[in-house]
Amino acid sequence: MEELLSILREIHPDVDFETCTTLIDDQILDSIDIVTLVAEIGDAFDVEVPPEALVPENFNSAKALWAMIQQLDEG
Amino acid sequence: MQRNVLEYLEATAPRLPEKVAFHNGTDGLTFGQVSRAARGIGTFLAQKGLAREPVVVFMEKHPKSVAAFFGVVYSGCFYVPIDEEMPLYRVELIFQTLNPRAVLCDEKTRKAVEDLGYTGGLYDYETAASWEPDQPLLDGIRAGQLDTDPLYIVFTSGSTGVPKGVVACHRSVIDYIEQLSAALGFQEDTVFGNQTPLYFDACLKEIYPTIKFGATTYLIPKSLFLFPLKLVDYLNEHKINTVCWVVSALTMISGLGALKKKIPQYLHTVAFGSEVFPIRQFNLWREALPQAKFTNLYGPTEATGMSCFYHVDRDFMEGEAIPIGGPFPNTGILLLTEDNRPAGSDEVGEICIRGTCLTMGYYKMPEKTAECFVQNPLNDAYPELIYRTGDLGRYNDRGELVFVSRKDYQIKHMGHRVELQEIEAAAATHPEVAAACAAFDKEKDRIQLYYTGGAESGELTAFLKSRLPRYMIPNRLERLDRLPLTPNGKIDRKALAAGRIPAGV
Repeated sequence: MEELLSILREIHPDVDFETCTTLIDDQILDSIDIVTLVAEIGDAFDVEVPPEALVPENFNSAKALWAMIQQLDEG
Repeated sequence: MQRNVLEYLEATAPRLPEKVAFHNGTDGLTFGQVSRAARGIGTFLAQKGLAREPVVVFMEKHPKSVAAFFGVVYSGCFYVPIDEEMPLYRVELIFQTLNPRAVLCDEKTRKAVEDLGYTGGLYDYETAASWEPDQPLLDGIRAGQLDTDPLYIVFTSGSTGVPKGVVACHRSVIDYIEQLSAALGFQEDTVFGNQTPLYFDACLKEIYPTIKFGATTYLIPKSLFLFPLKLVDYLNEHKINTVCWVVSALTMISGLGALKKKIPQYLHTVAFGSEVFPIRQFNLWREALPQAKFTNLYGPTEATGMSCFYHVDRDFMEGEAIPIGGPFPNTGILLLTEDNRPAGSDEVGEICIRGTCLTMGYYKMPEKTAECFVQNPLNDAYPELIYRTGDLGRYNDRGELVFVSRKDYQIKHMGHRVELQEIEAAAATHPEVAAACAAFDKEKDRIQLYYTGGAESGELTAFLKSRLPRYMIPNRLERLDRLPLTPNGKIDRKALAAGRIPAGV
């Protein structure tokens, strides 16, 4: 989780990712952030994020992202 | 001879009054409704005494904003689109340049305009659109309008930190729409999926062919461009067959693997531009849509949208560049060397443009205008302006024009034109930033900002977000003890762009 938070902080140093649950709803993440995140998550956690996983629910908070990564890792 | 863009709407609305013209998936307007709203707005504004001046359309992206544009034109004024998502600081700079007497707003944007301390006429779209049209009044305005009168002003990044307003007239837009439509084969059954914001000239490609042919444009919600499969579903649901998108919107779909799962099955015309298309991604698109026509477009805002096109007619290998081809009919391209002679074969020169497509220059910026709208150096016989794009190009051995690089520090990021110096100027206004230098990592499509001073990166990011549009916010910030300098004391941009950071940081 800490590794994920540091990836997110690199992208938006001004956002409190530990508490924010509206990363998509409040348009904090944009399309280039999604592309960057998918690539960096892939590298850091050795998982491939399939297009089906690219839904707002998985990207609205760091917690949701972390749950997605763990699920991909198990599958 | 057509003199006014509204003639498109006036031919189409009586023919197809019930057909949907502009829609966003939730709300839509038919041609009849667009025409009615636009004539209401035109009458409303004219009765307020406005004429031949800028009227700001400050609304969320919606079919109604397009109707508002046409309404402003009916009043004999020219529209200036401002986006609800633009930071207020930037809107303020634009207002200082324009000093507008009228602003059209909606429920969502009214407060933002009031917060600016704006004291001119602030009018709700709904009030103006439902105003009773006064046809004799509108006819009288039209009789006095010329095709060389301004149609719109769009603001683009300026290297000094002040956005530049590019003024385009009816004749340039009509010329562009006729040539573009012929090249791309637009017709009545064209269903456009618009991606670009309405505050740039990029959206001319959909708006005007839609009213010319009686086609339909879907203004695709921006949020869909984060989630590729949802976007493809949207394209299929609305049977969208034509897109003119920036490259990064197309590579978002292909790069995240969506084309392997779902294909935009109605899509037959794909035009792209504003950026270099990475060939690996481009080939994924061509494999997914082998029957579709792919066209690369190139052109600056200052020459009214796009100036050159290339229909992809062969395979490209990784590392190759897709050419920008050649100019539309009635547009001329000159490739000029530094000493103003035509570049020879395989020689690099600055791409310069001449023709009806040339816009009128920058609003209230005569010096800036004179810098790049200049007398054709190959013609000393009579006045003839060309626009110097600052883009360097060359002809390949097939005689196709190829983009090489920029002369200055302008970059293309997410399809937007950005002056790196504008980002630096904004950062330098932070009280705890001593110096700043922005660099662009082309490979990763990322803007990096290096700076000195006491500001924390999070705080500086938040500060920049209040001053710059989203696409200009650096993707990475790095605080340094000092910036690297060249031997003659200037900031060493090349070193920073290459990631060479001075030791001892």
